[in-house]
Amino acid sequence: MTDIPATALEPQLAPKPTAEERWRALRTVSRGDLIYRSVLTVLAMLLPLLVLLIAVELVANAMPAVSKFGVGFLAHSTWDPVRGEFGALPLIFGTLYSSLVALVIAVPLALGCAIFLTEFSPRWLRTPVATLIELLAAVPSVIYGLWGIFVLIPLLRDHIWPVARHVLDKLPIFSGVFYGPSVLAAGVILAVMVLPYITAVAREVLLAVPPSQREAGLALGATRWETVTTVILPYGRAGIIGAVILGLGRALGETMAVTMVIGNRHEVSASLLQPGYTMAAAIANEFSEAVSDMHLAALFMVGAVLFLITILANTLARVLVWRVARGSAVGSTAI
Amino acid sequence: MTKRIIGLLAVAAGSLWLARGAAAQETVRLNGAGATFPQPIYQKWVLEYHTLHPNIEINYQGIGSGGGIRQFTDHTVDFGASDGPMTDAQIQAVNGDVLHFPTVLGSVVPTYNIPGVSAQLKFTGDVLAGIWLGQITKWNDSRITAINPGVSLPDQDIVVAHRSDGSGTTYIWTDYLSKVSPEWKQQVGMGTSVNWPVGLGGQGNPGVANIVKQTPGAIGYVELIYAIQNHIGYGLVRNSAGNYIEASLATTTNAAAGAVANLDPNTDFRISITNSDGAQAYPIASFTWLLLPKQMTDAAKARALLDFVWWALHGGQQYNEGLAYAKLPARVVQLEEQHLKSITVNGQPVLPANYRGR
Repeated sequence: MTDIPATALEPQLAPKPTAEERWRALRTVSRGDLIYRSVLTVLAMLLPLLVLLIAVELVANAMPAVSKFGVGFLAHSTWDPVRGEFGALPLIFGTLYSSLVALVIAVPLALGCAIFLTEFSPRWLRTPVATLIELLAAVPSVIYGLWGIFVLIPLLRDHIWPVARHVLDKLPIFSGVFYGPSVLAAGVILAVMVLPYITAVAREVLLAVPPSQREAGLALGATRWETVTTVILPYGRAGIIGAVILGLGRALGETMAVTMVIGNRHEVSASLLQPGYTMAAAIANEFSEAVSDMHLAALFMVGAVLFLITILANTLARVLVWRVARGSAVGSTAI
Repeated sequence: MTKRIIGLLAVAAGSLWLARGAAAQETVRLNGAGATFPQPIYQKWVLEYHTLHPNIEINYQGIGSGGGIRQFTDHTVDFGASDGPMTDAQIQAVNGDVLHFPTVLGSVVPTYNIPGVSAQLKFTGDVLAGIWLGQITKWNDSRITAINPGVSLPDQDIVVAHRSDGSGTTYIWTDYLSKVSPEWKQQVGMGTSVNWPVGLGGQGNPGVANIVKQTPGAIGYVELIYAIQNHIGYGLVRNSAGNYIEASLATTTNAAAGAVANLDPNTDFRISITNSDGAQAYPIASFTWLLLPKQMTDAAKARALLDFVWWALHGGQQYNEGLAYAKLPARVVQLEEQHLKSITVNGQPVLPANYRGR
């Protein structure tokens, strides 16, 4: 479980030194500074190196599968360890689908919560509510999984679905028989898990909107709600996108809680009620007992694909943030 | 706080180091890794053996059979352990330098949850294969009702549950289904993970047991040990003699006894005991194996390892039933003794010909 990321609050900068002062400081580099700087440089370089090493190791171990299956690995849905035929389409689909469900549920909740806490909540209520939400991030994922098995799935299957089906079962995304473990259950669990991350970052982003912006909105005769939708949210949109992508990153990689409720079935189904599988769950499940070399290589390839998707999601976030940040800078450093 | 933790760690590391120095000089450390199914009994053996012989320290890690075979192949452990025997290709990868030693027996049972049915159901191989192939989809299918006269089964969908993680349990289960159903063998086959035609995947025995417990109409398979320890009911399975057998430690040992009755003394022990002969043999059972090299180089380690394995096969077996593992039949132990004595260190046999245990 990672910590809540650094906030978007701009640090209070000391007054800038003059050019002359800086020049003097630069010329008097002591040996201690030099050592300190080299140590820090090495430490800082270790992290990018680690990422590179992970990528190299993943690809190297995946090579047998890459050369055997090629791009077809991404398009095929057979996963047969006995015959050594592997295709990751259901895993990729399941990962993206369950994360999408999670975001659809979590983003409105998290944004609503952040807006309430920054704009409407009485002051005394802010800290307790924010702390409680952040506490959600401290719950181990296996606990979420157990909660999913013992509370969420029976609730969905025995109480919510029997009522909801009268309205929803015409929709293709709610077709088929509902046994419990499903993409829907995984999506709901993931939504709860990413909620604190999105809320915390979104709240910091909204807090960082200068009071002058609010006051200007109100002064123009806007209601509180109009101020939120026309001034505050647009001002912080870059940071909010960052918050959402952070939640997406969490959802894509979550393993334990998902595998406990998703049904672990290598199958592509548009219905939320059907079981699915995710890349992280498949790796965790099959890695230790993968006896054949090709099975192992296929799992490494799944890992490499997951790595790639995570990078793509982050790149997409950067591009989005960069595009919407032109004209409004607040929170663009939030991711 | 961090400083305190670092301080504590340093003290702990220091005391470990001291303890190491203080121990007898001839301390032998052995490392093993592999199957998770026998891990509780292996750890019990390691503990008991260490009490008997404090200078032998054995570390066993249940990292999974696949990992056990790989680490054994890479020579990063002194012995491996696996729930499925090594394949010919894997044995070739170690230049044939491996012996399989069955240590304990396990069996796998079908468990189900049918609302309103409390009777102990009977299953045949055909029916189980039909259910797991997705051909039998209702509990009141005539193939199930025909072998369960007197039980009124509802018109309920069957929800199949299987293991999502690779496991020896799945290996035993699919080995059995492959033996009794040509269609299963051809379409799915056997392995620690397979391409399941139908069903929901649960992680570990608890995962499968939970799907079964919580889903009306569900059927799954779990290890006998898990079912016994958690008081989960399970069905009877018809064996090759035509009798419906309830899985137990005794009927599991019968399965091994039936399979090895006419065993070639030169067997490499890579034998399946599912669907074995014997009127009272439970048909879904298997050995789990230790993997030892045929030729070793460190005399002290070799002797310590073989002493331990010998003890596990004899004295150690008394702990089996407490942990719900079935004992090896006498015939298997007898053959294994010969195999142990064939292991050499630098060309010389490790154990003397008249060895009867340490």
